[in-house]
Amino acid sequence: MTTFAPAPARNSTKAILRSQVRMELILTARRGEAIVLAMGVPLLVLLGAGLTHVTNVPGGDRLAYVVPGVLALTVMSTAFTGQAITTGYERNYGVLKRLGASPLSRPGLLFAKTAAILALIVVQLLALAAVGVAVGWRPHAGQVLPALGITVLATTAYTGLALFLASVLKPETTTGLATLIYVLMLAAGGIMFAAPTQIAEFLPLAAHAEALRATLSHGQPVPLGSWASLAVWAAVCVVAAARKFRWE
Amino acid sequence: MRYGATTAVDGVSLTVPRGRVLALLGHNGAGKTSLLQVCEGFRPADGGECRVLGLDPIGEHDALMPRLGIMLQSGGMYPWATAGELLQLFASFSANPINPEMLIERLGLQKSAKTRYRRLSGGEQQRLSLAVALVGRPELVFLDEPTAGMDTEARHTTWQLIEELRADGVSVLLTTHLLDEAERLADDVVIMREGRVAATGAPAALTAAAGIDLLEVRADAGLKPDVPFKVTEATPGEYAIAGALDAAAIAEVLACFARAGAQVTAVNTRRRTLEDVYLALTVKAGAHR
Repeated sequence: MTTFAPAPARNSTKAILRSQVRMELILTARRGEAIVLAMGVPLLVLLGAGLTHVTNVPGGDRLAYVVPGVLALTVMSTAFTGQAITTGYERNYGVLKRLGASPLSRPGLLFAKTAAILALIVVQLLALAAVGVAVGWRPHAGQVLPALGITVLATTAYTGLALFLASVLKPETTTGLATLIYVLMLAAGGIMFAAPTQIAEFLPLAAHAEALRATLSHGQPVPLGSWASLAVWAAVCVVAAARKFRWE
Repeated sequence: MRYGATTAVDGVSLTVPRGRVLALLGHNGAGKTSLLQVCEGFRPADGGECRVLGLDPIGEHDALMPRLGIMLQSGGMYPWATAGELLQLFASFSANPINPEMLIERLGLQKSAKTRYRRLSGGEQQRLSLAVALVGRPELVFLDEPTAGMDTEARHTTWQLIEELRADGVSVLLTTHLLDEAERLADDVVIMREGRVAATGAPAALTAAAGIDLLEVRADAGLKPDVPFKVTEATPGEYAIAGALDAAAIAEVLACFARAGAQVTAVNTRRRTLEDVYLALTVKAGAHR
């Protein structure tokens, strides 16, 4: 057979996705420093607010309040802030456009990105939960499944918002805004201290943190308010992303 | 194999037969890249429809893409991945890819295979992008200014590769503003101007159809040779005869000079190049504005 004789054929979807997820993970590992740094803030909050009395937290058990909040913060950091920044730049570099026009296809690319993000979140949450347990947090195992469910819902909302921002703004602006939102949520989202206003309880971070506190620290079901709030956020953000998502 | 497109580009229909090279010429803004973008499914046609290999690039995107090889003008790669990883990634999307190592070697990228994309030179990025377009054994490749930013050696390697693609039955649509590139590689040339096709044909046919070959004769000054062609004597003793000059016509012209008793000291024929045709068309466009 001659070298370039046409013989186009798509590889199996499984093989294509495996290979793309692998690439996403390689690139994630290459940003290792950035990810460790991104975990630095939650870790500091965990140790600072969890072990000292620098802030006032509701209830008598500081770790029971702080650790689930830190887990929720980490999910936001990775699924929203990190993802908005990388997606903005990947769009800017033409990567989304080029890969979308390969046999990988656009849904395949979105699937691979989501899978890589979820894998990263799992690793980060396990690491932070381990630190929490090491310093004295005693989680309940009974409500782990609902906790995972609400985490997937939060991840969906954050991903939608990240893709939306990355599609409508320049990558530099996306980076700035995503970081600003992160800082505001860290302050107002009920992580280090109780959310300052009622309105904050409707923020995805506060709703997610509240749900993780109920399930992991207290062995209770996810509050209905958390389900409702995050479901609305997820619906709105995913619809916005689907409407506005730009490949180039 | 046929496709036609209508968009910002106004009613263009092109045919690239199997194993042929079609060059799309035109200056910046003529609509070359817009046309490719529509064919590649990146943008919808504003009106009308676009079919590539009989498929709709947007509606039948996933069925079409494996059959196409796409080389963008720039970018499209993860800056932090190495050249080798990127080619391997695209190879893995195909059921029977060309061996990536062979492509790396053919394109002279051995030394850069472990280099991250953002550290590659412009020419190396272009060569990698070409390799990525070819690795899936496509039927039709779209090359948007494939040799832009390449050094002379890489350009020649790329030209050889494109000739090999044609020989192996791959259809190639390339855009370029290098006229020598089009003249050397293309079976057919389409010159675009303001989103429309200004001229189309084989390079030789285009230059011949323009019809005005030139005969330059150096002889005694001030002669008035009686020939059925336009004769100009720009400098005394240097005559330019323009027209459809075949061998018989040239013999007749020279006979006229002989009859006038002239001492002919030099004769030179000049064929119009693609560049002349191109410039004639684009100058005409300028005059319309």
